[in-house]
Amino acid sequence: MATVTYRQALRDTLRAEMLRDDNVLLMGEEIGLFEGSYKITEGLLKEFGPKRVRDTPIAEEGFVGAAIGAAMLGLRPVVEIMTINFSLLALDQIVNHAAKIYGMFGGQTSVPMVIRTPGGGGQQLGATHSQNVELFYSFIPGLKVVAPSTPAEASAMLKAAIRDDDPVLFLENLALYNTKGEIPDAIEDVEPAEIGRAGVTREGTDITLIGYSRMARVAGEVAEKLAAEGVSAEVVDLRSLRPLDRQTIVDSVRKTGCAVVAEDDWLTYGIGAEIAATIQEGAFDWLDAPVRRVAMAEVPLPYAKSLESAALPSAESLLTAVRDTLRATGRPVLENVS
Amino acid sequence: MAETAKAAPARGRSTRGAKAAGPKSAAPPPNGSVPVEDAETLVGYYRQMLLIRRFEERAARAYTEAKIGGYCHLNLGEEATVVGLMAALRPTDYLFTNYREHGYAIAKGIGADRVMAELYGRSTGVSKGWGGSMHLFDVETRLLGGYGIVGGQLPLATGAALAVSYKGGDEVVMCQMGDGTAAIGAFHESLNIAGLWDLPIVFVVINNGLGMGTTVENSSAEPELYKRGAAYRMESARVDGADVVAVRDAARTAVERARAESRPYLLEALSPRLKGHSVVDPARYRTKEEKEALKAADPLAKMALDLEEAGILSHDDRDRLDAEVTAEIDEAAAFADESPAPDISTLFDYTYATPVPGDLRRFPADPVFRS
Ligand SMILES: Cc1ncc(C[n+]2csc(CCOP(=O)(O)OP(=O)(O)O)c2C)c(N)n1
Repeated sequence: MATVTYRQALRDTLRAEMLRDDNVLLMGEEIGLFEGSYKITEGLLKEFGPKRVRDTPIAEEGFVGAAIGAAMLGLRPVVEIMTINFSLLALDQIVNHAAKIYGMFGGQTSVPMVIRTPGGGGQQLGATHSQNVELFYSFIPGLKVVAPSTPAEASAMLKAAIRDDDPVLFLENLALYNTKGEIPDAIEDVEPAEIGRAGVTREGTDITLIGYSRMARVAGEVAEKLAAEGVSAEVVDLRSLRPLDRQTIVDSVRKTGCAVVAEDDWLTYGIGAEIAATIQEGAFDWLDAPVRRVAMAEVPLPYAKSLESAALPSAESLLTAVRDTLRATGRPVLENVS
Repeated sequence: MAETAKAAPARGRSTRGAKAAGPKSAAPPPNGSVPVEDAETLVGYYRQMLLIRRFEERAARAYTEAKIGGYCHLNLGEEATVVGLMAALRPTDYLFTNYREHGYAIAKGIGADRVMAELYGRSTGVSKGWGGSMHLFDVETRLLGGYGIVGGQLPLATGAALAVSYKGGDEVVMCQMGDGTAAIGAFHESLNIAGLWDLPIVFVVINNGLGMGTTVENSSAEPELYKRGAAYRMESARVDGADVVAVRDAARTAVERARAESRPYLLEALSPRLKGHSVVDPARYRTKEEKEALKAADPLAKMALDLEEAGILSHDDRDRLDAEVTAEIDEAAAFADESPAPDISTLFDYTYATPVPGDLRRFPADPVFRS
């Protein structure tokens, strides 16, 4: 096992997949000469040349659509959209075309492509550059939306996404790029993940914490703290927002009897709402307390550090919600969570 | 004869390796001169135009009988353009269109029966009843889709041309659109990318003068749309869409240029539609005089007269041809009528090409969790 950053895992996986399959090509703004705004594609232009590492003009709709068309003819483009904020310019191509082409034409052609794009607040970038709009994509049948939280998951899911015959939105989070984790020494040994499966990343019996991407990591930290207080928290990392692994969520809540959902996006109509509804439908009789949701404050994200920090969900906010929930269960475990 | 705009010579670009990916050929570009047409070819074109006309008339009727749902946009009046364009393509060339594509599908080689069945929403339709009038698709004949979002097909077609160039093939992609589409952002983005990356694609604007009820003069700052090619150093031309041979030749020049030099081309065909935007549109934005003038200038009727005058097709021949074509359309409609509706058990079959683990999707009234 080697310890690498999330960024390095992505880069090595892209490289390995390009070596494995000539049909894999990269497209996006500043991914070649500039080596990527977040340096995920560092060195790849030099190694693979401009045919396979394509700098595009600033034309999100145009180049995302071109990747879809290329995928229809059998290429496997991996598009980088500089940040998810700019994916809104390509919304038509993603939602009306990538997602629909397989169904609308009766299954005659699929769209095997990946759109990689980072999101997330916390960088003081202001309202238009700090959004997590994965909900828009998670809503759409025909798309697959994944959001890995660790380097190992990132590698396994990127492999799976590139090899998948459907369009996959691959969500990264700026806060994760420098985080570290273990992956096999040889990137070839990374097993592709199964898209549509959540992971129980920590087993527990008292409460279920559900998150994805950065918040799955935060949930892990919170579970750690709770363990020190004698509370056994189970952590479910969704990994895949669509397809959504409802069964794993429900199985976990049936076991623990309560849950808190943590999401890095806005609350109203958000992903947490979907998870809460899933729990209601699948584990109502097992619930000892209402499902709580921890999400971003419902404001356009401000620039000022103080305001921005207050708006973002954190370990502290999650911990607070967990304690409230445990108290609400009225179980003896209450005594441990002062 | 076509009006053409020459593009500036290709730039010298040293850093762009994309160029090397495209197919190169030493063959000189075709000169675009009009060959003398043999009678058989002309009659063949006429027959195809007539087939499309009768198909569309039948579709309009079936629509009013509620056998066809949704929207239904017809090619009435644009048949010469449709047939001329398709005659310039090889069977291996790809085609992307907008939603006004019944004629293209037929001229590309799909049977009228499978096209009609799609309009009727039957499982025997080209898109198995999933697409309808606006979304015909057929891998075999390489019609890579009719698209209902104005301009949506442009980036896709550009990407298909990228794939051809990437793989070193010699196919050409043709991307059809209307004049109204020249105003949308995807038009600019796609032509720019195709020009930048030397892609073998022919963008074809069918200028019927209207986008729904908006005239091209009211939607485009430069209504002579072919001139926009210059903005992308792209060769371009404008042709009279009423003349099937002129359209074919202009399209041949464009297609062979794209094939031989792997360069995009912008072709504009002036081709007014005879009727409203769709079957249900009475076209009140047109004056009575306009409508009469259009009818009088119907390219199909004009071609019939021309052929008769040239001694190629007598009045009787024409009637015989019409009876033949009408019978073919009758059969297509009967086929559509008798074909089964898609089985509801297939509802979840075409969302994903890769199987989804633990798929819990269900019909509206079913619970997500059973226990
Ligand atoms: C993005 C988008 N905006 C609006 C519409 C509604 N709409 C359908 S057809 C049409 C007119 C398009 O005109 P044109 O491109 O000239 O094509 P034509 O119908 O003449 O073939 C409009 C506005 C749409 N389908 N998509």
